[in-house]
Amino acid sequence: MAELSYRDAVARGIAQEMERDPDVVFLGEDIGKAGGVFKATVGLFDQFGPLRVRDTPISEQAILGAAMGAAMTGLKPIAEIMFSDFIAVCYDYLANQYAKSRYMTNGQVKCPLVVRTANGGGARFGAQHSQSVENWCMAIPGLKVVAPSTPVDVIGLLAASVRDPDPVIFLEHKSLYATKGEVPDGEIVDELGVAKIVRPGTDATILALALMVPRAIAAADKLKAEHGVDCEVIDVRSLVPMDMQTMLSSVSRTHRLFTVEENPRLCGWGAELVSIIADEGFYDLDGPPVRITTPHIPLPATDVLEDRAIPSVDRIVETVRRSLGS
Amino acid sequence: MAGKQARSAIAMAVDDLSPIEIDNDLRLRIYRMQVELRESEQRAYDLFLQNLVKGTSHLSLGQEAVAAGCAAAMEPGDLTFCTYRGHAHTLARGVPMDRVLGELMGRDNGLLRGKGGSMHLTSVEHGVMGSYAIVGAHIPIACGAAWRAQYRGDKDISVCFFGDGTTNIGSFHEGLNFAAIWKLPVVFICENNLYMEYTPIGDVTAVADPAAGRASAYGLESIIIDGQDADVVYRTAKSAYDKARSGGGPSLIECLTYRYSGHSRADPAKYRPEGELDFWKGKRDPIRIYRERLLQSGIGESTLTAIEDDVKQRVDEATAICKAAPPPPADILTTDVYADGGWAWRN
Amino acid sequence: MEVLMPQLGETVAEGKITVWFKSVGDSVQPGDNLFEIETDKVSMEVPAVSAGILQEIRVRQGEVAPVSAIVAIIAENGAPSAPRAAAAAKPAPASLEPYREVRTPSRNFGPAALANGTKVSPLARRLAAESGIDLTQVKGSGPHGRIHAHDVRGSMTAAPVVAPRAGISPAVRAIYKDVPFEEVPLDAMRGTIARRLVEAKQTIPHFYLTGDVDIDFLLRLREGANAEQAVKLSINDFIIKAFALALQRVPAANAVWAENAILRFKHSDVGVAVSIDGGLFTPVIRKAETKSLTAISTEMKDLATRARERKLLPHEYQGGVASISNLGMFGVREFSAIINPPQSTILAVGAGQRRPVEGPNGGVRFATLMTVTISCDHRVVDGALGAQLLAAFKAVIENPVVLFL
Repeated sequence: MAELSYRDAVARGIAQEMERDPDVVFLGEDIGKAGGVFKATVGLFDQFGPLRVRDTPISEQAILGAAMGAAMTGLKPIAEIMFSDFIAVCYDYLANQYAKSRYMTNGQVKCPLVVRTANGGGARFGAQHSQSVENWCMAIPGLKVVAPSTPVDVIGLLAASVRDPDPVIFLEHKSLYATKGEVPDGEIVDELGVAKIVRPGTDATILALALMVPRAIAAADKLKAEHGVDCEVIDVRSLVPMDMQTMLSSVSRTHRLFTVEENPRLCGWGAELVSIIADEGFYDLDGPPVRITTPHIPLPATDVLEDRAIPSVDRIVETVRRSLGS
Repeated sequence: MAGKQARSAIAMAVDDLSPIEIDNDLRLRIYRMQVELRESEQRAYDLFLQNLVKGTSHLSLGQEAVAAGCAAAMEPGDLTFCTYRGHAHTLARGVPMDRVLGELMGRDNGLLRGKGGSMHLTSVEHGVMGSYAIVGAHIPIACGAAWRAQYRGDKDISVCFFGDGTTNIGSFHEGLNFAAIWKLPVVFICENNLYMEYTPIGDVTAVADPAAGRASAYGLESIIIDGQDADVVYRTAKSAYDKARSGGGPSLIECLTYRYSGHSRADPAKYRPEGELDFWKGKRDPIRIYRERLLQSGIGESTLTAIEDDVKQRVDEATAICKAAPPPPADILTTDVYADGGWAWRN
Repeated sequence: MEVLMPQLGETVAEGKITVWFKSVGDSVQPGDNLFEIETDKVSMEVPAVSAGILQEIRVRQGEVAPVSAIVAIIAENGAPSAPRAAAAAKPAPASLEPYREVRTPSRNFGPAALANGTKVSPLARRLAAESGIDLTQVKGSGPHGRIHAHDVRGSMTAAPVVAPRAGISPAVRAIYKDVPFEEVPLDAMRGTIARRLVEAKQTIPHFYLTGDVDIDFLLRLREGANAEQAVKLSINDFIIKAFALALQRVPAANAVWAENAILRFKHSDVGVAVSIDGGLFTPVIRKAETKSLTAISTEMKDLATRARERKLLPHEYQGGVASISNLGMFGVREFSAIINPPQSTILAVGAGQRRPVEGPNGGVRFATLMTVTISCDHRVVDGALGAQLLAAFKAVIENPVVLFL
């Protein structure tokens, strides 16, 4: 057991899988000799060499296309898209190629690969380097979408993604790279499609993802201390496949539902969860489900504005408190 | 008449090419393949007129020499990547005709059981790794398959077919650069049939030869050939394949050819100048060119007639199989979305 | 051979024939242009796909026909055209499960708003329906007076007045119109008891099994135990655990009816009827077979106290596999009880009485006997099974040492 940063967990997770399986290869911009623009892949180039850890030109379509060609002929590539915003320039591969090849070919073409990308805001990078694009990914049948919030989950979920036979979009949060957490020694392998209750509680269920998880936990602690409201916080972790049973079961105990989403409001993941829970958990609800999201705006660059846009601990506390009437 | 293209085509005489041996057995195979592609595509068109082929389809009538010549030069295990105009390239790798026509007709016997359709013909067991309907998408994908061969030391090569229209999309340029910097065992084959979809390619391209004119930007040799002569195609492809297989890196070959039908079934191709189609059909038809060469080389008329009759009979048989085949069962609607065989995205 | 109107484009539904290149009687070869059609998108020539004589033109120049209409007939080899083959079979309608749009619990717990416009949360509606609470008598504490679950729970304990049910009471009143009476309005609890017991007696096929059990040994053990500790065990505490153990020994009876299935339980959750002013509650001792007599006793005292204060929470009195109703302290010798749905049995316990019994050598001796009656839901517990349960209870209660194991 040792303390590890989220950033270092990325490199450890990739190394764990590359050591295990020679079919795992890694490509992307500045990932090799430079160790990644977020320094999340330091050491891999030296350990595995230039044929397995390949620096690419600034060619997002070629990166994702080559990953697919390698995957469909037997390798298990990990491709890095430096900022998740850049998925927009290579979205064809996610939306049209990876997601549909198995279905269209009646199961002939397989696409076992992972696209890692730095997602989310808080780094004052402005509207084209700060977005939360999970809803771009989860809208496409055939893709899996994962977003870890802790170093140990980075390693375990990355291992599960690499070993998964379907294409997985792995959303790392750039504002979590510096955070640290306890990580056990040895191999770590988690499971896709399992949400985690990270803080048990009785009065309301708060669903959160990635950077919003630590904020939701901090808000729950504050709600308990200052208002006597005991919230259960669930780290959704995997948007596809989605662990509805854990979330429905929580709401059946707490009877109130909040989502904390960094994505802009329209069609955020919380909308889908709320719609399912409003249907299947209807008579467990003792009040309207409430979504706490970034407004439907592009993200601004400067800190005072960006901090107002993305859900904060205080906004979560205030919204839950007001909605519960505490 | 398209003077520029005719000039380029005429400039490429068979004798000018590398002395790669083509014996009569191989010639007869290439001839049979071209006749198969012609008759099968013609049948697809007839079935469309009878409303038995639904949706859209993009025919390769007139472009048979490229598909037949390139496929004949490939080894078993080599990989084909093609566009939505992919019927001919799929058949040329030995995929049974009834499975291709069945897919066009949306029947359960189709290659993809009706789940893919005309634009996505795929047969992994024959090395046909897919037909891609987003222009240019498959160029980086072919690079990835070639990267796998390079990384593992596998001896197969990837062959990627596309039209002249593809040369103006970004992924073409990204993929070519990738292939060149990594020296990947991939061969890019551009079928320049003079029209992107409805618009002449020359009207929308900065250079005269849309593929060959770009080769130098990626440090590649500029290769432009007569795509109506299957021997020229075979020899050029073979030498590019050999180079790729031996670690010499990628090649880009531009084949001058002509599309007899419109872009898709909805296109009557009224935009073509008077006489152009007649010129290509009369003077540049790949099957006629090849037939005459076979006769000149001493192969008897009866041998060729027997091949033609046999192919026609096989097309009829394939058509009958497809007409008798049922539509796919409803339950495959939700299979193979994910690797577990199903569609479920939640518990 | 029928010549059909082709679909010129994926979204085109009809075509107009602008020119016929051939006339009836002409011979045609594959590839010969037959006619030209024009749609809102394109115009193009349509060639023949078979050889023969153009026998008939059905859609003439200038006419419009839908896609797939028969435009003309070509007689092949001079023979008249064969009738058109039946169209390919349509795929069977899908009976798939991916269309799970509606999975809201099918039971409806009433409208989202009351007649006066007050909104009610879904959970509050469910709780009210399950407990027989009249929502018009509940004051909502949420925004705009919205009724939440805790408002409903509050009204369960505050015993609000429920309006007399129109239609029944006038007739009853009329019968007693000459007799002086005081009208006692129903509270929520009385309404619930009335509704649930009518439902139980009308829908559950009851039958009853009665037997005597000897409790002399039990009384001696109890005396000894109570001398040893501060927590004083009641006879009822022994009966609770004994009934739970009996249910464990007869697993088929440790079950309830669920309409399309029988639910068989691992543990035995036993309800105990607690009489309170104006009604009764039946709080449930969960996993009673696993608990010590002391634990059961402590828990029972707490539940009974809070039941009398009407402060039990729904989860404390819902569920359970069986109940116990003990009227022994009122001197009742024996009685039968109504099953508490959805449970499947209830044990009615009479008073322990000294009764003469046959002694070891033909003489008479006195023993403390207690008469118990098990009411069984015949859908779950058949006669012989009920008899086994009664025998198991007797075996445990007459050898109460096992209750301490």
